[in-house]
Amino acid sequence: MAIQRKSNIHIMDGNQAAAIAARLSRVQVVAAYPITPQTPLTEQLSLFVESGELKAEYVAVESEHSALAVCTSASIVGARAFTATSAHGLAYMHEMLHWAAGARLPIVLACVNRAIGAPWNVLNDQQDSIAQRDTGWIQIYCRNNQEILDTVIQAFRIAEQVYVPVMVCYDGYILSHTEMPVDIPDQADVDKYLPPYKPHTTLDPANPKNYNLVTLADPRVGVEGKLCHGYMELRYLLQEALQNSRETILDAGQEFNKIFGRDYARMFWEDRNEDAEITIVAMGSLAMEAIVAADMLREEGIKVGVLGLRVFRPFPKADVVRVLRKSKLIVVFDKNISYGSEGATCSEIKSALYGTYINASIRNFIVGLGGRDVKARELADATRKAIASLKETVINPDYPEWICQI
Amino acid sequence: MYPITAVNVPCVNTPFASTGASATGLVAGLKALGRKGITVLAFAGDGGTYDIGIQSLSGAAERQMDFIYVCYDNEGYMNTGNQRSGSTPLGAVSGTTPVLGKQQYQKDMTAIMEAHGLPYVATCSASFPLDLYEKVKKARTIEGTRFIHIQTPCPPGWLFPFSDTIKIGELAVETGLVVLYEIEDGIFRLTSMSESVASKGTQLRPVREYFNHQGRFKTITEEQIDELQEWVTTRWKHFLHRATHA
Ligand SMILES: Cc1ncc(C[n+]2csc(CCOP(=O)(O)OP(=O)(O)O)c2C)c(N)n1
Repeated sequence: MAIQRKSNIHIMDGNQAAAIAARLSRVQVVAAYPITPQTPLTEQLSLFVESGELKAEYVAVESEHSALAVCTSASIVGARAFTATSAHGLAYMHEMLHWAAGARLPIVLACVNRAIGAPWNVLNDQQDSIAQRDTGWIQIYCRNNQEILDTVIQAFRIAEQVYVPVMVCYDGYILSHTEMPVDIPDQADVDKYLPPYKPHTTLDPANPKNYNLVTLADPRVGVEGKLCHGYMELRYLLQEALQNSRETILDAGQEFNKIFGRDYARMFWEDRNEDAEITIVAMGSLAMEAIVAADMLREEGIKVGVLGLRVFRPFPKADVVRVLRKSKLIVVFDKNISYGSEGATCSEIKSALYGTYINASIRNFIVGLGGRDVKARELADATRKAIASLKETVINPDYPEWICQI
Repeated sequence: MYPITAVNVPCVNTPFASTGASATGLVAGLKALGRKGITVLAFAGDGGTYDIGIQSLSGAAERQMDFIYVCYDNEGYMNTGNQRSGSTPLGAVSGTTPVLGKQQYQKDMTAIMEAHGLPYVATCSASFPLDLYEKVKKARTIEGTRFIHIQTPCPPGWLFPFSDTIKIGELAVETGLVVLYEIEDGIFRLTSMSESVASKGTQLRPVREYFNHQGRFKTITEEQIDELQEWVTTRWKHFLHRATHA
C-alpha cells in the first residue's frame, strides 16, 4: 500500500540530522561535551534548547564521563536522555557505558565515528564504537543522513521497550559533515510513533527504593522472604534482553515504515544477494561504497552482492547465515582492527557461519583507518584480489590484509 | 547490600568519579519532569571528592547545580583498606605511605569549593552532631550547590580504639586541625566549639596531643609536628581575622 505523505526534504549534514531527530524525539535531558566531529551536533542541541524549540534541560558538562553520568541519573528519574560523542570521548565514557547498560537505562547515544590516538587523528574509522561493543549497548550503524535521523528516533522506541541503551553510530565527516537530502518527519507523526518514556525505576521519597547496590554473586533473600537475583542473574537478563531485542528492532523498523514510508524492518541492508556468488560485507557509509564496487564487478560479469551491516549488537547471526547461504566467497571490509586478531565484523561473520553447511572462503581487509579514503574502485580491486586468491587452498587466512602502503 | 538496604530515602549508587555529575542528572531529570520540592543530596568520601571526583564536582559547582554535596572525610581510601588520599594529613602512615608517612599537606577542599562562589559552604565534625544538624538544615533552605565537609574519625584506619572516636574528633577541633565554620553568601562565621574557643579567647590545645592518640602518626617527626603546629596557628589567626572582619 502506497503511503500518501508529503515529503519535507531539506539538505543537511549528519550532525544536523541527529540533532533534529533528538528534538523530534522530545528528549528531556541532553548532556554532552564537544569533540570533533560531534561538536556541531552538541551546538545545535544547545541552540534548540536556548531558543525554546526544544523543551529540555541542556547540561554543558565538563567531560564525557559526566555527560553519561548525567544522562544515567536523568534516565533513572524518568527523563528521556540523549548524549553524543566521538573517539576519545566515548573511550572516556567507558565506565559509564557499562553502568548505563547494567542499570538497564534506555539512553540514546550518537557516536560520530572517529579514530582514536595515539597519534592524534580526528578523521573517521570505527575503532571507537567497536571497542565498546561489550558494554551491553545495542549498536546500530547508519549509511547516510536519512538513516541517521530515522535511526535516532527508532533508537528511543527500541531502548524504551527493551530497557537497553542504544548507540547510533555514523561515520565522522563522511556523514557528519556531508550534506545530503533528508526528509524531516512531522512532529505529530513522531509523537504517534514514540510513546512517552515509562521508567522501570521509582525515585520517590514517599516510596523509597535504592538502586545499583552492591550485589553478591549468588541470589539473596530480601526482607519479604523472596529470593532476589545475584549479580550473575542480572548479567544473564541483560544478555537475554539483547538476544531478544531483534524482534523489537524489526518491529520498530516496520512500524516506522507504516508511518513514515521508509522500511527499516531489517537487521542489515542487502543488495543483489539473490544470485550472488560473492558477497561484500561492510558497515556504515562503507556499505554504500560497496554497492558502487558491486556495480563495477557486475559489469565484468562477476556475481557480487552486498551485505551492509546495520545492527552490530545484537549481531544477527541467523539472518546473516540465510543471506550468505549461496556465497562461495565472502569479502569483509573492516574500518576497525582487533589487534592481534582481525576486523571485528569479520570475526562475527565467521562465528555466525560456524557449524552451518556454508563453507565459503572468507577474506578480510582492513581499510580506511584514521580517515584514509576508501574508493569503490579499491573495494572492487580487493574483491578481485580475493577471487584470485581462491586458487590457493587457504579458506580462511589467519590475519587480515591491510589496504595501506606497507 | 542488594536486596536489603538500611537507607530509607530514594538512593542511587553511582561510579566513583561521577558523584557531582550523577547528582546533576537527578536535578536535571526532576526539573525536566516538573517534579518540585525534592532535595537532591550527594554523598561521597574524601577520595571521591578530593581526588577522582573533583572534576565532576567542580563542573557541577561551576554550573551552580541545585544540590547539597556532603563529603564524608575519613582522610583516606578506607573502602580499599586505607591508602593515602588528597585529604590524608602530613605525617600519617597509610597503605601507600607505609614507611615514611605522607609527605604532603592535606588539600584544602573546602577552600577550593568556596572559590567556586557557592551560596553555602560548611565544615563539620562527626563529634559535633548538633552543629552538623543545624548546617544541613540550613543548607536545605538554600538554592544552588551547597558543600558540607564532615571530618569523620576512622578507628581502624587511624589506629585508635573505637571507644575514642568522639574524643579524637573533638581533639581535632580543640587543636585547630579542624575548624568548624560556615560561609553563607560569602559571609564567614565560626561555629560550635571553634566559635566558643574564639569568643572566649582560650588557647587551642597543642597538635601533639592529637597525634599522640593515633597509631597512624607513629612515624611523624618532631620537625613535622612543629611545622604543623605553626601551620595550625597561622591558619587559626587567619580564621579569627575572617570571623571578626566579616
Ligand atoms: C574508577 C575506580 N577506581 C578505583 C576504585 C576502587 N575504590 C573503591 S572505594 C575507593 C576508595 C574510597 O575512598 P573514599 O572516597 O575516601 O571513601 P571511603 O572508603 O574512605 O569512605 C577506591 C579506590 C573504584 N571503585 N573506581
